[in-house]
Amino acid sequence: MYEAIVFLPLLGAVIAGVISLVGAGNRHPGASPPPPPADHAAPLVPEEPGRGAAAPQSMHADSDHSRPQQEEIEPPSAGSPAAELITTTLVAISWVLSCVAFVDVGFDRHDARVTVFNYITSGDLKVDWALRIDPLTVVMLMVVTTISALVHLYSIGYMAEDPYKPRFFSYLSFFTFAMLMLVTADNLAQLYFGWEGVGLASYLLIGFWFHKPEANAAAIKAFIVNRIGDFGFALGIFTVFLLTGSINLDTVFAQAPGLVGKSFHYLNFNVDALTVICLLLFMGAMGKSAQFLLHTWLPDAMEGPTPVSALIHAATMVTAGVFMVARLSPLFELAPVAQSFVIFIGATTAIFAATVGLVQNDIKRIIAYSTCSQLGYMFVAMGVGAYSVGMFHLFTHAFFKGLLFLGSGSVIIAMHHEQDIRHMGGLWRKIPFTYATMLVGTLALTGFPFSAGYFSKDAIIDAAAVAKNPFAVYGFVMTVAAAALTSFYAWRLIFKTFHGAPHDMHHYEAAHESPKVMLVPLALLAIGSIAAGWPFVPLFLGHGAEEFFRESLKIGAGNTVLEDMENLPLLTSLAPTIMMIGGFLVAWQFYIRRPDLPAALARDQAVLYRFLLNAWYFDSIYDFLFVRPAMWLGRLLWKGGDGFVIDGFGPDGVSARVLDVTRNVIRLQTGYLYHYAFAMLIGVAAFLTWFMFSGGHG
Amino acid sequence: MTSWPILSVVTFLPLAGALFIALQRDDEAGVRNARWAALWTTLVTFAVSLILLWRFDPSSPEFQFLEKRPWLGGAITYAMGVDGISLPFVILTTALMPISILASWEAIQSRVRAYMIAFLVLETLLVGTFCALDLVLFYLFFEGGLIPMFLIIGVWGGPRRVYASFKFFLYTLLGSVLMLLAIMAMYWQAGTTDIPTLLHYSFPRTLQIWAWFAFLASFAVKLPMWPVHTWLPDAHVEAPTAGSVILAAILLKLGGYGFLRFSLPMFPQASVELAPLIYALSIVAIVYTSLVALMQEDMKKLVAYSSVAHMGFVTMGLFAMTAQGVAGGIFQMISHGIVSAALFLCVGVVYDRMHTRAIAAYGGLVNRMPLYAFVFMVFTLANIGLPGTSGFIGEFLTLIGTFRINNWVATLATLGTILSAAYALWLYRKVIFGKLEKASLFNITDIGWREIVVLAPLVILTIVFGIYPQPVLDISAASVAQLLDNFQHAVGNVQAAALAR
Repeated sequence: MYEAIVFLPLLGAVIAGVISLVGAGNRHPGASPPPPPADHAAPLVPEEPGRGAAAPQSMHADSDHSRPQQEEIEPPSAGSPAAELITTTLVAISWVLSCVAFVDVGFDRHDARVTVFNYITSGDLKVDWALRIDPLTVVMLMVVTTISALVHLYSIGYMAEDPYKPRFFSYLSFFTFAMLMLVTADNLAQLYFGWEGVGLASYLLIGFWFHKPEANAAAIKAFIVNRIGDFGFALGIFTVFLLTGSINLDTVFAQAPGLVGKSFHYLNFNVDALTVICLLLFMGAMGKSAQFLLHTWLPDAMEGPTPVSALIHAATMVTAGVFMVARLSPLFELAPVAQSFVIFIGATTAIFAATVGLVQNDIKRIIAYSTCSQLGYMFVAMGVGAYSVGMFHLFTHAFFKGLLFLGSGSVIIAMHHEQDIRHMGGLWRKIPFTYATMLVGTLALTGFPFSAGYFSKDAIIDAAAVAKNPFAVYGFVMTVAAAALTSFYAWRLIFKTFHGAPHDMHHYEAAHESPKVMLVPLALLAIGSIAAGWPFVPLFLGHGAEEFFRESLKIGAGNTVLEDMENLPLLTSLAPTIMMIGGFLVAWQFYIRRPDLPAALARDQAVLYRFLLNAWYFDSIYDFLFVRPAMWLGRLLWKGGDGFVIDGFGPDGVSARVLDVTRNVIRLQTGYLYHYAFAMLIGVAAFLTWFMFSGGHG
Repeated sequence: MTSWPILSVVTFLPLAGALFIALQRDDEAGVRNARWAALWTTLVTFAVSLILLWRFDPSSPEFQFLEKRPWLGGAITYAMGVDGISLPFVILTTALMPISILASWEAIQSRVRAYMIAFLVLETLLVGTFCALDLVLFYLFFEGGLIPMFLIIGVWGGPRRVYASFKFFLYTLLGSVLMLLAIMAMYWQAGTTDIPTLLHYSFPRTLQIWAWFAFLASFAVKLPMWPVHTWLPDAHVEAPTAGSVILAAILLKLGGYGFLRFSLPMFPQASVELAPLIYALSIVAIVYTSLVALMQEDMKKLVAYSSVAHMGFVTMGLFAMTAQGVAGGIFQMISHGIVSAALFLCVGVVYDRMHTRAIAAYGGLVNRMPLYAFVFMVFTLANIGLPGTSGFIGEFLTLIGTFRINNWVATLATLGTILSAAYALWLYRKVIFGKLEKASLFNITDIGWREIVVLAPLVILTIVFGIYPQPVLDISAASVAQLLDNFQHAVGNVQAAALAR
């Protein structure tokens, strides 16, 4: 059964891939090329000053207009309905089986390990393809297959006019397969396989509209930034192998206690073995989960189709880093310094991304920064040792963030591929169903009482409040502050999109509700955004968590976070709710009562505004620090190193000297290559003869 | 083991084919015959080499299918045999030859007979190099292999073919002279040129160091290692597609094979003492050439520079002398043989259509060539070392093997995995993605049946070896284990002797 859960999506991906390739091959090869893009001269409605600084955002929004034009000249691919039906059905079956597995493993405690076949055997390194099924895995199986099945369904509507649907569904199913391999990994090599596999799927899907230069650039950026994270991940795997002699999780976990206090000589430094292992592995998590310093790819990844943003860049793939820390909790639990670092990065990301989210104008970018920020919350929970709490937020977040993305996709379709919220407004009359579901998602995101987010997010803040790690205070302060900002940007999004007066009457008049195939997933996710909370509290919080997760999440001897959370001062436990209300009120004041206020504030604080709008200038700094020097160095080494030094003093120099000495050689060198060969043969023969005689008789 | 000299058959069957082609008349029918004869010869050779694979006993680390005959009046022995280290290379050679012939089917129109003869002779010499169990025999095959390669570049190459082959010549000449001197010195010391005997002979330290450098001169050029790599981009750019395929896939591997067969087992002490030098050169190769690859404007040059970087992983892994490092080095060579061959074939596909290799001349090919885009994507990912492709296994094993010995080296080399993603994806984006805007590309056609037949086996192997690398690892496991055993033993003896003193 577990093989079926994992490999059915792969089967779907292969079938859809074949359909896509065959269909693509049958296109008319002589058809005229796509015309250059016409300018969509949508009237801009500048609501805030600093338009110049906002240029990158608006450029992205405008460029998305070019998408429908490709459709006009390309015929739809043959076999699309078949590809949609097959992939969606297979993922749905996978979901049903996951539900069975959830009950079987979660409640009936039937953990399993399924060996598929041998992967690598080399010397003392032995690795199998194996599926590890325990409570942590089945939670992830539920999240992945649920969201994936809904996104497949939703995409049938969202991508209806796209000519490359089979390819799209193939990628989606491939992603699902890779993600399932990741969450079922029984060893670090397989984890790395799934890890890079989802990275590949992400790359392919961000660049799905391959004719858009921004999409291509974003795809490469995502892959390379992730590779930087994976650089650390790989070194972490090597270190684990060096110190424990294995990369199978069970063996590694069994050895971990023996490594406490051991030091390891790494790059001329004597460092604590477990700390360095955890930090290196966590670097991979930072890349995949778009944490502070390695976050720059996620906002750009919004160039991909919106269902992709929902599935990969919100609900599942980006949470892989969180999952990794949970999976490796037996290691992290023994490395307090690494835990502090996790808290620091998580809390910093939570606040950083929230500040940037305040001022963005692209509807998808706002939600992308929100995702970044929420992932930061999860890492704070992981860092303070409240693993089940972090998993709880991962679980609820998948529903409400998936909902927000799919809802924004519905808005974008309604607005004919307009993504700039400055051009929207008043849409609730036109698309009431989308509005209602987005409202539910926003309530859950901001932690409105009794929504799913309320239970999980507040629990993280509570955990940070009671944890003993020295960085926990930082985590608490930052997450509380971020709660206010979250509430503000989330309501700003709702108010500017759905309330007030329409800013673009042309688009507003044409806006229409999405087809049912898109609304059904929205409705189901909206239900999930409520229902994923309270009923699951006994599984993720308090003593129930220990009974549910059992050995899959390691809780150290001195780790009493889960118990301490229950005896919290009332004011502390109310803090996030108060912040949520505060953020809502400010957003109300800014965007409903006094719509002129934001512009005035942005004018007064122009420097701060631009700083936030450009996401703290990380892209420019990285470009200056890394990209340009690498290019410069590459050119220098090529022209200077290879061309001038090596060739100049090597073959070119030698040949020049030779030419000086005798002109005869040049005849030999130009054209008469046969002579060369002949000379070579004679040379070999001469050597050999001499050798034979001297050797044979010597 | 066998009643018939199967290794000699595999080695000299292509030569027989070449003779047959030489007898053909130089008219249209003769040219057609030459093509088909070359294809059938290489296919039959491949089939016979599969028998080799089938009857090989992977549990034994010894040389198998031994043949031994006195030759040239007893001065030299004609000794052939394969073990787990050489067999994968033999199969790689025989497998890629039919592919190269097919890839040249239409691309080569002048002097077809001579071209096919050159390829068949090349196959004999390459297979012979891997099978030879006598130093002189090895040297003959090893150096002889250059001649057909010279011809292939020099006669059927591009406009700067003379410069390219001259550069190639200068580099290899230096190496081969030094290697010959080392071979003689070894003979005078040990009194035999029999490789299995020499594998267990302990040379004095000075000779080891001296000979180690002499062999390095030859192997480093072949591999190529930085800084003697600059012939490779030029040779690749000028060579015809199939020439590049064989050059990248097999000829470069002669260097790595040489390290495995000679430098490491015969000069263990020198290898230990000088390993830091190899590490340094490997790191420079990986980082330096990856950076250079980032800036290339010619598709073939980019792939060539990426080859140098990938060979850096090989040398690093081999000289780490751990089970994973050596096995990974061998695997990386086989994998690179498949992947780089395929990448050059991919470049050849568009070169045949457009007659340019300039990256800037392309863009948006996916619009007209979806199948090509898919195939090229698979090999690009393998080049990046994505898990699930064969490229990953080699990099992963060499790195994990080296990390146990020297974590500085492994850490710096891992940087290469970031850079390879940058240049490979950049190339793919420039050539395949984007809008189809260049008028010259509007009528470009997707890969045809012949090209599918050429590329499909490579796609399959890349993925199969990526998820199940054991076929290669198992064949070489016993021989690698013995190599490591002997190595530790030899080094240990020396250390023990030093301690006793």
